[in-house]
Amino acid sequence: MNTSSRPWDRVRAIAAKDLTAERRAKANIVSVTSFGALTLLVFGFAVGPDSATLRATAAGILWLAVLFSGVLVFHRSYQLELEGGALEALLLYPGERWEIFAGKVLANLSVVFLVELIVIPLAVVFYGIPVPSHWLALLAVVVLGTIGFVTLGTFYAAMASRARSREVLLPLLLFPMLVPVLLAASEGSAALLAGDPMGDAGAWLRLLIAFDVIFVLASLLIFQHIIEA
Amino acid sequence: MTARAYPSAVAARRSPLSWPALGWIALVALIAAQLFGLLASPPERDMRHLQKIMYVHVPAAWNAFISFFIVFVASVRYLWTREERHDLLAASAAEVGTVLTGLTLMLGSIWGRPTWGVWWTWDARLTSTAVLFMIFVSYLALRAFTDDPERRARWSAAVGIFGALNVPIVYMSVRWWNTLHQIQSSPSTVDPSYAWGLRLNAIAVLLLLIYFVAKRYEIARAERDSEIRREERALRQEGGHA
Repeated sequence: MNTSSRPWDRVRAIAAKDLTAERRAKANIVSVTSFGALTLLVFGFAVGPDSATLRATAAGILWLAVLFSGVLVFHRSYQLELEGGALEALLLYPGERWEIFAGKVLANLSVVFLVELIVIPLAVVFYGIPVPSHWLALLAVVVLGTIGFVTLGTFYAAMASRARSREVLLPLLLFPMLVPVLLAASEGSAALLAGDPMGDAGAWLRLLIAFDVIFVLASLLIFQHIIEA
Repeated sequence: MTARAYPSAVAARRSPLSWPALGWIALVALIAAQLFGLLASPPERDMRHLQKIMYVHVPAAWNAFISFFIVFVASVRYLWTREERHDLLAASAAEVGTVLTGLTLMLGSIWGRPTWGVWWTWDARLTSTAVLFMIFVSYLALRAFTDDPERRARWSAAVGIFGALNVPIVYMSVRWWNTLHQIQSSPSTVDPSYAWGLRLNAIAVLLLLIYFVAKRYEIARAERDSEIRREERALRQEGGHA
């Protein structure tokens, strides 16, 4: 009992619980990843076989593929809780509400990173992206962009997955909010892939950091108000 | 008996702002300000009479921001106090703000076609206004898709706060991404002969905004009132059967 009384332990316990559920239902993560890969392929058909055009649009398409497959992950994160009144039980445990949110964000982050681990190399192959010299900054863009996206996605899914028409409601709520992330992540990635000729990747990185800080804090503060049973 | 526990909210909370007089004042002010704008200011050198669209477009944009500011403040106050009136005020302001934002976008598009040669351009202010419009459309959708009034209030307060927080970030990001729009019109950037037309119209639209929000708020209260009465009646009937 005493060992699990610290916030970090509770956050980790919730993340571990969600990841265990995810690991035992392997079909879900496999189909989400396949959907991400499929999105890349379909966009490739839509943009056309010209390799220069493909390379120019690659960063934006990759981020769209991640966004579309991520939406599927967030829904699941609460759907499991709603079955058998698990959410009510979770809320009865001692601890703060924000710890539940932080745990879920950590679990969703791991899942989305896993999806990216498959989808990004696929994009490199499909779209002929050259491995850039600024790969460390590029990694920072991917990580920061994903944090912003997963934080808001997990936050909005807490509401959307319990409302009517949840399939359309989550993207409707989430995508307009993600415009800064999508712009900063795809423009930043595109700039870095081209070797950052205009030196503007730094501005996009700072924008991502600001977005992440603002919305991580706001979500942690406000989550207690939206999750009441 | 139970009915007295919930006195008619409409009668109790009828505010002076909801007097029909305000509606008439707003209408007359709007007509006068439009006439002033149309007749008193000379046609612009390059845009000719096209410039008159500014007298609706710019006041609508300003007042849209005022309504979203009301949504933000009312949402914060709802989460703080949990008093239903703040939630109903936020919802009323969001509806009016969404209409004004839609009007801003449409008029801007009509003005942009002859002036810029395109209906739409991916410029910072245009695009972020469109994103703002979508954020508040989704706010209204969330309200429509959530049945429990208390849950709806909490959720939409969160969405309202997040949406308002995001407005400056969206604007910054789109501005870095692409910019074409002329410097925004305000009494200090336009010729003095247009400034008064702009100011008067802004005040007229503001009066209209206050009237609409007050009216919408009154309707929302009446709706909640009848909902509560219906629930009570249902409960009484259930009690009678048992």
